[in-house]
Amino acid sequence: MKDIIFNVFILLTVIPCFWVALSSNIVHAAFSLLITLFGVAGLYVLLGADFIGVVQVIVYIGGILILIIFGVMMTQRGKLLPLSIQLPGKVFGAVLTGVILVALILTATRSLWPVAAVLEEPQPTSAAIGDLLLGKYLIPFEVASVLLLAALVGAVLIVRRSVRGE
Amino acid sequence: MNALTDPEIIKGSLWLIPCLPLAGAVINGLLGKRLPERLVHFVGCANVFLAFLISVAGFFTLVGIDEPQQRFLIQSLYQWILTVWHQGSFSLEVAFRLDPLSMALCLVVSGVGFLIHLYSVGYMAGDESQSRYFAYLNLFTFSMLLLILADNLLLMFVGWEGVGLCSYLLIGFWFTDLEKAQAGMKAFIVNRVGDFGFFVGLMLLFWTLFEGSNGTMTGLGFQQLRDGIPLLGTANPILGVGVATWVALLFFVGATGKSAQIPLYIWLPDAMAGPTPVSAFIHAATMVTAGVYMIVRLNFLYVAAPAAMAVVAVVGGLTAFYAATIALTQNDIKRVLAYSTISQLGYMFLAVGVAAFSTGIFHLVTHAFFKALLFLGAGSVIHAVHSNDMLEMGGLKKYMPHTYVTFMAAYLAISGIPPLSGFVSKDEILWATFNSHLPVAGLGKALWALGLLTAGLTAFYMTRLIALTFMGSFRGGSEKEKHLHESPAVMTLPLMALAVLSVVGGVIGLPAVTHLPNLLHDFLGPVLSSHGASGHQAHAYWLELLLMLISIGVATTGIYLGWLFYVKRPELPGKVAARFARIYQVLEQKYYVDEIYQALFLRPLLKLVALSGHFDLNTIDGAVNLSSRVTAKFAFLIGWEDLKIVDGAVNGLAEIFKRWGAAIRHLQTGRVQHYLYSVVLGIFGLCVFMFLF
Amino acid sequence: MPYSLPSFLVVSSLLFCLGMYTVLTRRNAIGVLMGIELVLNGAGLNFVAFSRFLEPSQTASLLSGQVFTLFIIAIAAAEVAVALAIVLSLYSRMKTIDVEEFKQLQG
Repeated sequence: MKDIIFNVFILLTVIPCFWVALSSNIVHAAFSLLITLFGVAGLYVLLGADFIGVVQVIVYIGGILILIIFGVMMTQRGKLLPLSIQLPGKVFGAVLTGVILVALILTATRSLWPVAAVLEEPQPTSAAIGDLLLGKYLIPFEVASVLLLAALVGAVLIVRRSVRGE
Repeated sequence: MNALTDPEIIKGSLWLIPCLPLAGAVINGLLGKRLPERLVHFVGCANVFLAFLISVAGFFTLVGIDEPQQRFLIQSLYQWILTVWHQGSFSLEVAFRLDPLSMALCLVVSGVGFLIHLYSVGYMAGDESQSRYFAYLNLFTFSMLLLILADNLLLMFVGWEGVGLCSYLLIGFWFTDLEKAQAGMKAFIVNRVGDFGFFVGLMLLFWTLFEGSNGTMTGLGFQQLRDGIPLLGTANPILGVGVATWVALLFFVGATGKSAQIPLYIWLPDAMAGPTPVSAFIHAATMVTAGVYMIVRLNFLYVAAPAAMAVVAVVGGLTAFYAATIALTQNDIKRVLAYSTISQLGYMFLAVGVAAFSTGIFHLVTHAFFKALLFLGAGSVIHAVHSNDMLEMGGLKKYMPHTYVTFMAAYLAISGIPPLSGFVSKDEILWATFNSHLPVAGLGKALWALGLLTAGLTAFYMTRLIALTFMGSFRGGSEKEKHLHESPAVMTLPLMALAVLSVVGGVIGLPAVTHLPNLLHDFLGPVLSSHGASGHQAHAYWLELLLMLISIGVATTGIYLGWLFYVKRPELPGKVAARFARIYQVLEQKYYVDEIYQALFLRPLLKLVALSGHFDLNTIDGAVNLSSRVTAKFAFLIGWEDLKIVDGAVNGLAEIFKRWGAAIRHLQTGRVQHYLYSVVLGIFGLCVFMFLF
Repeated sequence: MPYSLPSFLVVSSLLFCLGMYTVLTRRNAIGVLMGIELVLNGAGLNFVAFSRFLEPSQTASLLSGQVFTLFIIAIAAAEVAVALAIVLSLYSRMKTIDVEEFKQLQG
């Protein structure tokens, strides 16, 4: 049963992912991305990372993706431009990424990972992650918060300037 | 034991010495524009003063340790670099080392630094960007203290680059003036040339030590280096010259850049474009002495390379003489002092070159006192006259009594009048030179004679400066004369403090003839190699006394001639200049060195730039026909070079670089994705490499 | 695919490479952004998978992997905010978001 759910989520993640990469319609690509992100959230949950899964749904799907869709809508006025580059470039990119993909898959399947012999039952992680964030990773955590703040202020500033500059 | 002198406390607070000025720089740099002026001044000065207090506490702590060999404190902040490989590990720490050598420099930098910060409050009054000024000055203090206190070469290099940067920022402080901005750039670029030597030396040292040590070397700390130096002797010579000599010479190239020695001294006179306190602090008292400090710090390396030592001594002696001759003819008061600084730095290099390391540091300290005082006094004068030109000064004695008196103290010190500090240290250098054991016979005596002659020249040009500035009557016009005034107390107080130091500074290193202990020499002893003892070994009592009298005689002769030329018979200089017109011209034009460098290095470079710029216009077919044209051109060039070898070589090289540049610039498509492609190609290459091998 | 570490790694490799392909071949700036999101997700999935499957060690908590994913998500949020701001600003200035048009950096 678990394997079936697992494989469903894998398909849910990977298939729309191709659509994101290959679709010729930016709106379709954006919605495929939504499904992919949702699939990844499911995989997180299956991995026992409940907290990360929830964060993925809230931040990625609720925040980032909505921003991207806004971006799509605000920049689609005027003529529609071809979404991708010409064929030779595509082939070149495909070959490059293909080789890297093969290398990655070979590494993933052939390496001897120091895997735990017996998998423990997943435990709720929120409390432990909270401990880590405010303990061992306090400084990165604070830096990330400053980064977010700076990014938000910077984003507002950049857009405002360009609007004013007109 | 007094709580303040508990070694543990000082050890734990060593980091404060450099970091307090850093904090000041951050506060003034970020918030300075919004802070009230007084607070900017307070922050700017207070942090240096606190650093000075900690240094003083550190000094008493060090002295409090009974065993001289144990007189060092090391504070390790954190591990900066850690590399492990099959032969062992290599680690670098951000660590500060307080030993007698760094202590002496630390006291000078923070002490004189504080006085100059204080003086700046008066000098920069009314300037709009004072906060920027104090931020830079504090940042410089931080870098300099970092350079001094660093416990390993790489951290020292960080400070070394930091002071170069701050020097550039401060020379070009009034960057709206193109000439001043260019002076800053010149200083920076010339310094880069020296830094390149330093860095190559660092690499060579690192490479040789770690190749040869079989994993016993684990870092670049000074103690580790000292223990590892014998390994250099076992390494294969490069081009027939020992590795130790190479490393020592490369480091010396760095020192010539930073400390303005031949051939890289050209930036220092131009550096006078900066505010005068900056000239006093950076370009007289502290940064330019970094090279001397570095050599003394690495004295064990130099002792292992006698040939390099001889080069140091010769370059030092020549620079001392050469710069003094230029100083004879300059009319800009700050330029005279700049050449004088170069000359005095030459003395210091002469001292370390003859293995009299403590004497070099001694002169460094006294020079910091009297040259800072001279610059600050000159600044006070410029502040009143609003001109750098000595021909527009004169007779300032009665308008600026405090400046005059303090200036006189420094003047007598630099001219070598006993018992002022300058006399004691300069004479010790001459004595050590006379007694030295350089690899070439007679070289020591020749350098001694050169140094003696320089002492006479020094006395002469300083007398000229005094006569033109303070004696006679004012030549700047009656309108200006009305506005002449003594500088405010915040400027004259530092002058007085420095004057006292210039007068009595000599007591820390009394010569052997007095039969009193040479405090500085004994204090520095543990840091220096046993080989590096100064003239104190040889107790040729009468000889030393005789030489001392000779040098006093030369100094007084110089002063007398100066007085004769510029006070008694002011028509004489013109006559002499006319009689030896050609020599005078050469001296006044500073031996045309700037022009020579311009023709040798700058013009070809600019030509190259212009050519490349020209090539921008026709790029499209350039790429296509490129390879064939390069080949054709090259073949053509070979035939052509037979005709005009000299021109051809230069132009041909330029042409080749031009073509290369044209080819390479097409990689810069400006499209982000193409750059990304190169990244992905790299990963691709790695994957292929991984699976093939 | 079985519920094991390599399966997750293969999925994350797929995400990573498809994302990279997207970034390399899209002309639409927002499309490029989507590719970057895929790449980041692949990396995050990798971290979480390792934190689930690896042998527990005494010195470090395996949950560190999840914390890193959290940081990745935070950085992705910041990146998207800034990148979209830049895209919008470029759009208002140049009336296009075609990355092939943005070549003022050309040498």
